[in-house]
Amino acid sequence: MSLYERILAGDIRAAARLMRNIDDNLPSSRSDLQELFPHTGGAFLIGVTGPPGAGKSTLVDQITAAYRKRGKRVGVVAIDPTSPFTGGAILGDRIRMNRHADDEGVFIRSLATRGHMGGLSRSTADVANVMDAMGMDVVIIETVGVGQDEVDIVRLAHTTLVVMVPGMGDDIQAIKAGILEIGDLFVVNKADRDGADRTARELSMMLEMNKYAEGAWRPPVLKTEAQRNVGVDELVESMENHRQWLVNSGEINLLLKEKNAALFQTLLKERLFAEVYGRIEEDGRFGEILDGMLSRRQDPYSAVEQILAERLKS
Amino acid sequence: MSERKLRILVGKPGLDGHDRGAKIIARAFRDAGFEVIYTGLHQTPDQIVSAAIQEDVDCIGLSILSGAHNTLLPKVCDLLKEKKAEEIVVFCGGVIPEDDIPGLKAAGIREVFTPGASTDQIVAWVKSTIAPL
Ligand SMILES: Nc1nc2c(ncn2[C@@H]2O[C@H](COP(=O)(O)OP(=O)(O)O)[C@@H](O)[C@H]2O)c(=O)[nH]1
Ligand SMILES: [Mg+2]
Repeated sequence: MSLYERILAGDIRAAARLMRNIDDNLPSSRSDLQELFPHTGGAFLIGVTGPPGAGKSTLVDQITAAYRKRGKRVGVVAIDPTSPFTGGAILGDRIRMNRHADDEGVFIRSLATRGHMGGLSRSTADVANVMDAMGMDVVIIETVGVGQDEVDIVRLAHTTLVVMVPGMGDDIQAIKAGILEIGDLFVVNKADRDGADRTARELSMMLEMNKYAEGAWRPPVLKTEAQRNVGVDELVESMENHRQWLVNSGEINLLLKEKNAALFQTLLKERLFAEVYGRIEEDGRFGEILDGMLSRRQDPYSAVEQILAERLKS
Repeated sequence: MSERKLRILVGKPGLDGHDRGAKIIARAFRDAGFEVIYTGLHQTPDQIVSAAIQEDVDCIGLSILSGAHNTLLPKVCDLLKEKKAEEIVVFCGGVIPEDDIPGLKAAGIREVFTPGASTDQIVAWVKSTIAPL
């Protein structure tokens, strides 16, 4: 049986292996994904972003527990950075989620960025699709949380949570980084610490300066203590409200269109590049172009035009 | 364009609260280019095995100091067998009496590193032991 058949039959090891094949960019993973695609679209995708140490993983653990209590199956994708020097990575988000490890209704996968920018790994959307096809009702995606421009998550998740901590609201960086635009919900975690109310107030004030159309979603600001599970039920309630709003307002159609466009464009870009570049690297053309550029006989602009013209004709 | 990335789970079963050894091992494997799934302290064998399967790792490295190695480590191997995942290589490191090592190996622990072993040695052993996918 191929991987996708085993996955649809509920085989956990097959799912884990396909995720690895996807991450390693094995050509066979694409045919499995093809077959799984019709079985996706059922899961509610939640993005969780925010700076390192804000409590994202702890919050994901609590959200997972809350959905389990509601009888939902939960997938988690947690992304951590790859070391640019060694290519290795330490993926430590599971530390906060260990209690769910042997719950059959939960599947957690740690991914390394492998040089990909934007807060997710190249594989994240596909891995989330595998979880969706496995029948997960909810898939929670925790971004790296280091970047200034973690915008990719917005085009992947239905609902995006921005997690902050007391003291961050008055930080002008938050505005610069565009963080106010990407959240559907804002969470001031570590509300046990001083200044949580102030941060929440300032965040609300800044959000009110955004322009909202009639009937538009107005991102709420919530306070949580992930460690002690305070405010998590309210948070889940609020996420469900957002989901409901997406459906009721018809916004979901726009979102899905954007989501699908992003998936398709990324795939096309990647495949075209791999195809064309792979060819010219193999047949020596790439080496010739580099030599030509070194002696200034060849400029890169016309070289690219020429290769495109040749490839598009054939 | 595709290349297999090696993945290892590093964790610490048992009740004692000291993860220095596990952290050093995790660092060493990261520096050797591995993706290290670090699960921290107080893991039950069930949690370790489920995590290893979900993460599709090649290898499990367990740091143990608690003296409970004779029960916890064979349990990990048994669970892997039960879930038909016994090709995942398991090794351990820690203060383990010489006399216990044959029993652990018979239970399925592929190697036991006592405190004298260097991280380089451990990484080299793992690289030469795990089967290619
Ligand atoms: N004081 C306090 N600490 C918390 C809270 N939530 C999480 N933490 C701690 O913050 C640290 C970082 O948490 P983690 O979930 O790993 O953050 P991440 O890097 O954003 O995923 C850990 O030591 C948590 O125990 C909270 O509500 N209050
Ligand atoms: Mg985290």
